[in-house]
Amino acid sequence: MEIHLDKSIASQDWAKEAEAIVRKCVHCGFCNATCPTYQQLGHESEGPRGRIYLITQLLEGHPADRQTRDHLDRCLLCRACETTCPSGVPYSRLLETGRLMLEEQQPRSGLDRLKRKAMTAVIPSTGLMRAGVGIAKPLRPLLPKKLATQLPLPDKDLTRPGSLHKRRMLLLEGCAQSSLTPETNAAAARVLDRLGISLIPEASGGCCGAVRLHTSDRERGLQDIRNRIDTWWPAIENGIEAIISTASGCGVTVKDYAHLMQNDPEYADKAERISALTLDLAELIAAETAESTPKSELAQDLRVAFHSPCTLQHGQKIVGVIEALLERYGYSLVPVGDAHLCCGSAGTYAVLQPVLSGQLKADKLAQLQLSSPDLIATANVGCQLHLRKDADVPVLHWIELLDRSKG
Amino acid sequence: MSRAKPNSDPLIQQLRSVLPDSCIVSDPASMKPYECDGLSGYRQMPRVVVLPTTVEQVQAVMKACQASKTPVVPRGAGTSLSGGAMPHKNGVVLSVNRLNRILDIDGQNRCATLQPGVRNLQISDAVEHLGLYYAPDPSSQIACTIGGNVAENAGGVHCLKYGLTVHNILQVKIVTLNGDLVTLGSTAPDSPGNDLLALMMGSEGMLGIVVEVVVRLLPRPPLARVLMAAFDDIEKAGNAVANVIASGVIPAGFEMMDRAAITAAEDFVRAGYPADAEAILLCEVDGTEQEVNAQLDRVKALLDKAGATQISLAKDENERILFWSGRKNAFPAVGRISPDYYCMDGTIPRKEIGNVLTRISAMADKYGLGVANVFHAGDGNLHPLILYDANKPGDFVKAEEFGGEILDLCVAVGGTITGEHGVGVEKIDRMCVQFDEATLAQFLAVREAFDPDGLLNPDKAVPTLARCAEFNAMHVHHGKLPHPELERF
Ligand SMILES: Cc1cc2nc3c(=O)[nH]c(=O)nc-3n(C[C@H](O)[C@H](O)[C@H](O)COP(=O)(O)OP(=O)(O)OC[C@H]3O[C@@H](n4cnc5c(N)ncnc54)[C@H](O)[C@@H]3O)c2cc1C
Ligand code: SF4
Ligand code: SF4
Repeated sequence: MEIHLDKSIASQDWAKEAEAIVRKCVHCGFCNATCPTYQQLGHESEGPRGRIYLITQLLEGHPADRQTRDHLDRCLLCRACETTCPSGVPYSRLLETGRLMLEEQQPRSGLDRLKRKAMTAVIPSTGLMRAGVGIAKPLRPLLPKKLATQLPLPDKDLTRPGSLHKRRMLLLEGCAQSSLTPETNAAAARVLDRLGISLIPEASGGCCGAVRLHTSDRERGLQDIRNRIDTWWPAIENGIEAIISTASGCGVTVKDYAHLMQNDPEYADKAERISALTLDLAELIAAETAESTPKSELAQDLRVAFHSPCTLQHGQKIVGVIEALLERYGYSLVPVGDAHLCCGSAGTYAVLQPVLSGQLKADKLAQLQLSSPDLIATANVGCQLHLRKDADVPVLHWIELLDRSKG
Repeated sequence: MSRAKPNSDPLIQQLRSVLPDSCIVSDPASMKPYECDGLSGYRQMPRVVVLPTTVEQVQAVMKACQASKTPVVPRGAGTSLSGGAMPHKNGVVLSVNRLNRILDIDGQNRCATLQPGVRNLQISDAVEHLGLYYAPDPSSQIACTIGGNVAENAGGVHCLKYGLTVHNILQVKIVTLNGDLVTLGSTAPDSPGNDLLALMMGSEGMLGIVVEVVVRLLPRPPLARVLMAAFDDIEKAGNAVANVIASGVIPAGFEMMDRAAITAAEDFVRAGYPADAEAILLCEVDGTEQEVNAQLDRVKALLDKAGATQISLAKDENERILFWSGRKNAFPAVGRISPDYYCMDGTIPRKEIGNVLTRISAMADKYGLGVANVFHAGDGNLHPLILYDANKPGDFVKAEEFGGEILDLCVAVGGTITGEHGVGVEKIDRMCVQFDEATLAQFLAVREAFDPDGLLNPDKAVPTLARCAEFNAMHVHHGKLPHPELERF
């Protein structure tokens, strides 16, 4: 599409990148068809094609008003539009640029700012999260169902194998996951132990940067990334084989470090190395297990509905891999309609856009539970906790199923 | 959306009395993306956009517009390639996207009742479990609405055998300008009176707002297989098409792509199209296994004889879908090789395909612009995509001139200026080339019968006679018609 950058920004690298993205869009509207917010709201300004149009206005220097921000805020950054786009428009990069421009142009109102600040402070801080969970634990039976479902279940197996194999990989503990669903990484460690791989924990915890980057707190998000790189670097120099992410929301960000840090002379090379080393757990296990894996008897009677997180299918383009693994281990999968749609969790979205998020969750659960599965499996802690709040059946990380079947 | 500043426009105040605030978009930022449809070179900000959620609301809006003599531009998914949904500067854009429910699926009578905002592909998805589908499949089927399909009489890959939208619609309900809800056609085989239903097909929003559509569903054929044939010369491919059709075989779909289109589509879909071919043909046949095999043999022999360098059969259903997916995504995939494209839509007799493509390529050299061809070869429905750069001053104007010359050529060889994308704002002047005054006067009379004040999608699709007089005076350069060497039809 046509775009003429405003003179004041025309020489900036980020503006040129944004310009190139707009130029790639041919305004066909295919992407609107798979956009969850467009489907819910039926409004051109609430779909990717419209948002690209609005950001083009910003880049051309036309004044924006509050409505522009509302339309960009409602985007889930689920990236379904990128999967659909035949022209290959990297929409999410443009959206982040648009949001940052608005952040500079118009300061947010008090309450809005407070909510965002609270979340960017709590979620990425492992200590704070843990403290919050720690205080709440003894109260568990008294908690309302909604909150109780967010805390780790007492019968979860948190033991990790003690043996040290020759093959070693670094495990991303994840800030939310390490506190709220610690059973996931424990299960991953046990499954990989059986495959002859040891998972080395991170030297210290912290957020990969995703939370702050997605709430347009770019500078501090980049600082989170530098901290992570510094934490991991000794292990990388020590020769770990790969970096493993068990939460697709973290994995997608770490895989993007190379791009995010490309203009940071000190960190660019390290970031590139890290992105190249990073794998989602599913990619690793699919490569390490044979088609002929004996089916587990435990799995035979369980019907599973799999929810593929957006960060897995649209962000990392990992499609059908976990489904195939579950079947390989003997689970039967139920069909799930509209599998490309977001569940409404989307990082901090559930808190910032509660109404839309709730509608998306209800729609998602209706699809997942249509064929009465025994349980729901997913691949990202955010989706898992979000769906668990209202699901009629347990919602687990898929690795727990593989762990239980002792394959 | 609902928090628009108080607006002093009396029309908007009136709309507020019949619609909830959440259905009215009147702030400039939120309206901005409505200023164009799929043809983004033509832009116009509307006065206001409404997003009704019920038929009653549509009726109320129409009454308000008639009373205040306000133009109304209906809008579906905004994928039109002829500017059909481009707003009017004093007008309302009436978007039907929130009327998007499937109201009824009747497997026994093989039909479905839909609100106008239901997406084309959604229909086939919803009836798949019954072994049924909705046949017309425009390449934009993932996004375009059934209301927009009716308004444009949309065609698609499989229309060669199964017909255009017009052949697959049983009934529509429209809201007229004065707010009446009128049913046209019926689910019975024949309905009394004139066939006003057919009049709605391709009416481009000029006769009323389509608010409900009953579509015919077809049983999925027991077997469908697609052949891909590669050619080292575009004329040979064109002649192959004419030969296959002349032989009496009716393929379910018969499409052609040239090298530029192949490159772009392959980059997105990885369908396995041969990179070194000058053109490929995709030819699908369907029916019982026996029928399919017999037809495949005949088609293969004909393609072979026409000089195909490679013929391959999609090995399974997945590959068949992949072959088509490349074709259906080809227009926007061209965004990978050119910042902008201008999609033309003319028809020609099939025997002229080779000749016309060669002449288009010569024109491309003359204008200094690229061109990619991907089109419904079996119907002789061309879609040259003129590649240009909207950022370069003058490039779009050049593309338009080039396009105009292509359409003149279509008419000159005995074809038409639109196959399926409609006239819209884009081709309104070319209507003066295609039709004589008496015919245009009839078109205008039909329009006036539904809309005496000229408020429904004004200045689109049918030119006034005065406009044509002006255009023809400019167009007939030095007293000569374009392509005087060709016989007129
Ligand atoms: C990449 C691409 C590929 C395409 N391929 C094809 C193809 O293969 N075949 C084909 O035929 N077309 C094709 N098109 C064109 C377009 O998709 C069709 O014309 C489609 O029917 C338009 O539907 P829409 O819902 O987007 O309507 P819009 O673009 O919103 O509107 C189109 C016209 O219909 C009117 N209209 C819309 N809804 C209503 C209603 N409810 N009542 C009354 N009038 C209404 C509008 O006023 C306008 O004049 C393609 C477009 C693109 C972008
Ligand atoms: S990222 Fe998701 S919500 Fe945002 S525009 Fe794309 S499809 Fe819509
Ligand atoms: S699908 Fe791609 S090219 Fe088409 S409008 Fe969306 S972003 Fe633009």
